Amino acid sequence: MKKRDFILIGTIVAVIAIAIAVLSLTKKDGDYVIVRVNGNEVARYSLSQDGEYSLNGGTNILRIENGAAYLVSANCPDHLCVKQGKIDQNGETITCLPNRLTVTVFSAEEGEVELVS
Amino acid sequence: MKAKKIAFLGLAIALAMILSFVESQIPPLAALPGIKVGLPNLVMVFLLYRVGWKETVIVSIIRIFLTSLLFGNMQTLTFSIAGAVLSLAGMILLKKSGWFSGITVSIVGGLLHNIGQIVAACLWTQTAQVAYYLPFLLVSGTVAGTVIGIASGIIVKRSEKWRLDLK
Repeated sequence: MKKRDFILIGTIVAVIAIAIAVLSLTKKDGDYVIVRVNGNEVARYSLSQDGEYSLNGGTNILRIENGAAYLVSANCPDHLCVKQGKIDQNGETITCLPNRLTVTVFSAEEGEVELVS
Repeated sequence: MKAKKIAFLGLAIALAMILSFVESQIPPLAALPGIKVGLPNLVMVFLLYRVGWKETVIVSIIRIFLTSLLFGNMQTLTFSIAGAVLSLAGMILLKKSGWFSGITVSIVGGLLHNIGQIVAACLWTQTAQVAYYLPFLLVSGTVAGTVIGIASGIIVKRSEKWRLDLK
């Protein structure tokens, strides 16, 4: 390991640390989730209302409970989207790659009722 | 290509496939796809330092096609290729520059692997928000690159006595 190695690795580690710090400092409670399939919005649910929804023709089941959203079942073999757990902070996303489906939390801006995605 | 070289690279592909299978039997550490050590990269870093970059690319691509055919699907193939192409390109350039040690080259390889996979995931789902997890994946990429870099460094050093004689 030479000086150049430490400079390069040090810079990379610093950038990652800053990115994670910024993400955690700018965390904000979300207000609603947008469900996308293939990048197209297919549904939007408020986090303040509990409920269970069948997504994408039943491939994934989304549950909203106590202000957090999570997937309770999926038809794919690995079930990684279910294991990704609960999300409730602005920007957090559950991804189901086999079904090309994502669930992302958004916060309504002050004074704004619903954002256009 | 000499018969000896073909045999050696075949052996390398087989070894990388076994490592890839072994890794697939380890339960995922986290729910995010892409958080893993990348055991087959031990073979790739070894080849890069002991044999040559062209051979490394050939072995890596053939290994990905074969493992995806045997244990995976189109999705795993897409993501593996995206990660491997970016990672190999970065490692080859960095090694050619001659400025950095093997561990640094391996760490950058690990990071580029994760970046390639996140870009593939964003395109695959047509959703930019998937990139939210990139910084966390990069932590895993740094750790994985360090582990692979140290381990393959030991293998390269210990194999210095071997006369591969492949040219």
